[in-house]
Amino acid sequence: MFHICLLMFSPQNYPLYIRSVPCQNELKFHYTVHTSLDVVEEKVSAVGKSLADQRELYLGLLYPTEDYKVYGYVTNSKVKFVIVVDSSNTSLRDNEIRSMFRKLHNSFTDVMCNPFYNPGDPIQSKAFNGIVSGMMVQTVCVF
Amino acid sequence: MDQESAAASGASLISLTEHEQRYYSGLRALCQADAPGKLSSSKVAELFKASQLPPESLHKVTEVCGAKHLGYFGTAQFYIALKLLAAAQSGLPVRLESVAGNLPLPRFAGLKNEPEMRYAAAPPASDPQGAPVGSVAWNAADRGSFRHLEANTDKKPEPWSPPRSPCGSPPRSPLTYRSYPYSKQRNGVDAQIPYDGKLSSRSIVQPEQHSSPGHYVNKLAAEHPAVAQASSAERLNQPATLSYSDDDPWRITAEQLDYYTNQFKILQPDLGALILGAVAKNFFTKSKLPIPELSHIWELSDVDRDGALTFTEFCIAFHLIVARKNGYPLPESLPLTLQPAPAQHPEERFPDTPESSEPLIVFEDAALRSCQVVKDPNSVARLDPTLASRKQDLQEESLNQDGSVTRLGSSREKPALQLGAFPEKPEPHQDLDPQTRTKTRQRSYSSTSIDDAIKKAEEPPTPPPRPQKTHSRASSLDLNKLFQQGAPGVKSGWLLPPPALPPRPSASQVPHFLKVSEQASQSKVQQPNFADFSHFREEGGGLQEESGVKREEQGLASRFGLSSEDLGSTSQQDVSCTPHGQVPQKPIRRKYHPESQSLETGAPPPPMPFLPPAKTSQKLLSRQKREIQMAIRKNRETNAVLRRLNSELQQQLKVVHQERVTLESQLELLRPLAST
Repeated sequence: MFHICLLMFSPQNYPLYIRSVPCQNELKFHYTVHTSLDVVEEKVSAVGKSLADQRELYLGLLYPTEDYKVYGYVTNSKVKFVIVVDSSNTSLRDNEIRSMFRKLHNSFTDVMCNPFYNPGDPIQSKAFNGIVSGMMVQTVCVF
Repeated sequence: MDQESAAASGASLISLTEHEQRYYSGLRALCQADAPGKLSSSKVAELFKASQLPPESLHKVTEVCGAKHLGYFGTAQFYIALKLLAAAQSGLPVRLESVAGNLPLPRFAGLKNEPEMRYAAAPPASDPQGAPVGSVAWNAADRGSFRHLEANTDKKPEPWSPPRSPCGSPPRSPLTYRSYPYSKQRNGVDAQIPYDGKLSSRSIVQPEQHSSPGHYVNKLAAEHPAVAQASSAERLNQPATLSYSDDDPWRITAEQLDYYTNQFKILQPDLGALILGAVAKNFFTKSKLPIPELSHIWELSDVDRDGALTFTEFCIAFHLIVARKNGYPLPESLPLTLQPAPAQHPEERFPDTPESSEPLIVFEDAALRSCQVVKDPNSVARLDPTLASRKQDLQEESLNQDGSVTRLGSSREKPALQLGAFPEKPEPHQDLDPQTRTKTRQRSYSSTSIDDAIKKAEEPPTPPPRPQKTHSRASSLDLNKLFQQGAPGVKSGWLLPPPALPPRPSASQVPHFLKVSEQASQSKVQQPNFADFSHFREEGGGLQEESGVKREEQGLASRFGLSSEDLGSTSQQDVSCTPHGQVPQKPIRRKYHPESQSLETGAPPPPMPFLPPAKTSQKLLSRQKREIQMAIRKNRETNAVLRRLNSELQQQLKVVHQERVTLESQLELLRPLAST
């Protein structure tokens, strides 16, 4: 059974969006992700030059725990995406993670474009949910 | 299929109300025979006998309706026959002409099907109310009456929860005239609801009806028995009705389009331009829909995902809002008929199979032809061909009292085409969907996309004044600098200087600039007048209080304004007030007076200022008005910006409060632990 969890954090590090598939032991994911936030911060602060390059947005594998691999991605407005996947998903390649982040970023931009969305609100957009679900299911089902 | 052609030809001769349609189709289902397209003559005969008309009339009916000629009862003949029966029962002669009028439904005694009986019983009661009211009442019904519909439909066992909350909020008055027969959607879903539920709800509904919406609900309630009773052919229509019911409320009629266009123009005069997100947000927030719903509507309607609404997108959004206010639950994705361009996003709510689309098209054609042939505008307005196209008709009829048949016809053709093409569409839709999505992904993620998005959202309310780079009189003066500070009235004022007596423009900035330019060219002459500036300066200082809006421009601006007025009026006097970049708006209006005074006191009293004291005052007044209007506009803009800022800050404040509360609670929890 493969788990995958996606969290999004605002620039102030409070969660904007939390989603995990398939099972709902989110608490464990939350813990992992919160610890990973430290790593994210570290990486973000380490990047000195202008964040014009998308590669820098993708933080890559933040750190592997015994069970999970945590990937990070930060947007230009310091919104952080964190994806936690099972370590058993060995076939989940970096490219795929990147593409996932890209899609997330796309969807997130759409959400932001919505004038009714106030930055910092939890994301309730159905379209966004749909995309995330599709992505996660696809990822889980592939393997 | 025989049935459809028969129905088409038959329906072309007569116009049926939706009520009648349902009833007749139910009856037809009763008499459905072995051969497709033919109704079992024995059952038809039985029905005719049940009508309790004398046999001669029955024969006449058979003859008139054409069944005798054909040898069998096709759908059309059957319908005509039913109509004739109704006519005969009401005492009218059995002739084709009599079917043109509004007739109550034919009554059949001793029918096997109870619901038919009940249905037959109910409609006559409501018919007199409904039939004549029919189209006329649609608009009345539309006007804010859907709360009533809501109340009625609440009683029905709805598979999905109709949104109660939007019903609670009073629809905006401009929106209320738009009717979305809520029950259209209900039809499709309620199709499976057992009779009892419907009938009971219908009986509940009946006493409630005191207007056409109630009647309409009743009709639709009555329709359900017919629908549920349907044969396989009818049942095919039901999933189709699902799609159609989604179709109809989502189609924008011409009337609505006009309204949307007007609203768009109010927000943004140029129809080809975009309404920016913040503007649209403010506008749609007025509809008092909850923000998540508005957010969802935005998501649906902003097809190109650019954070702004084109005219089409605006119409979509507006339409969705109207639908929502009238009680329709928001779709998960954009309904097919509402999509801006062909093949945009797949309609999730179309569980259609190609087979189910077939009968839809058929009925539609029937509707098409029927509505095209019908002459009577009332009957056109109440024309409801069959289950499927009925709903679109209703919507269109209700909004087209003038009976624009052609438009009805053409609009009905559209769903046929759309539905017919639907089976092929989902794939191209899906193909296009990622395409459109990827296309819109041209925005650069590497750069500050989100920040830009936020900034762009915030910028529109107060666009900074744009410097007018091109200046026909650009001379030695730093007009760019002047224009940057001046802005709005520049263009308007620019036209003014040439006349000898310059009409005072609202901002009267350009004359200022012009004056400046003239000044530059005539700097030598200005010497004697140069001293006047001191007077102007004082006057300008005195006038500063007036320009509440442009405080930052006061000193220089007023001076400059005065000098510009001076120039404008005289066209001789040039005061080299080059350093005065700011252009005043308010101080201008008083300038002529000090000007005239100063001019008098100054060097050669120019004739001009005194020339039109009367004209001056008039122009001053107009300019004052313009200035005031501009000031009002600017105030409004700043208000809007501040309001938005306020709301954002409020939300941030809320978040912070919540955090604080959670932290405090955690602290409370930890305190006893710490103490132990």
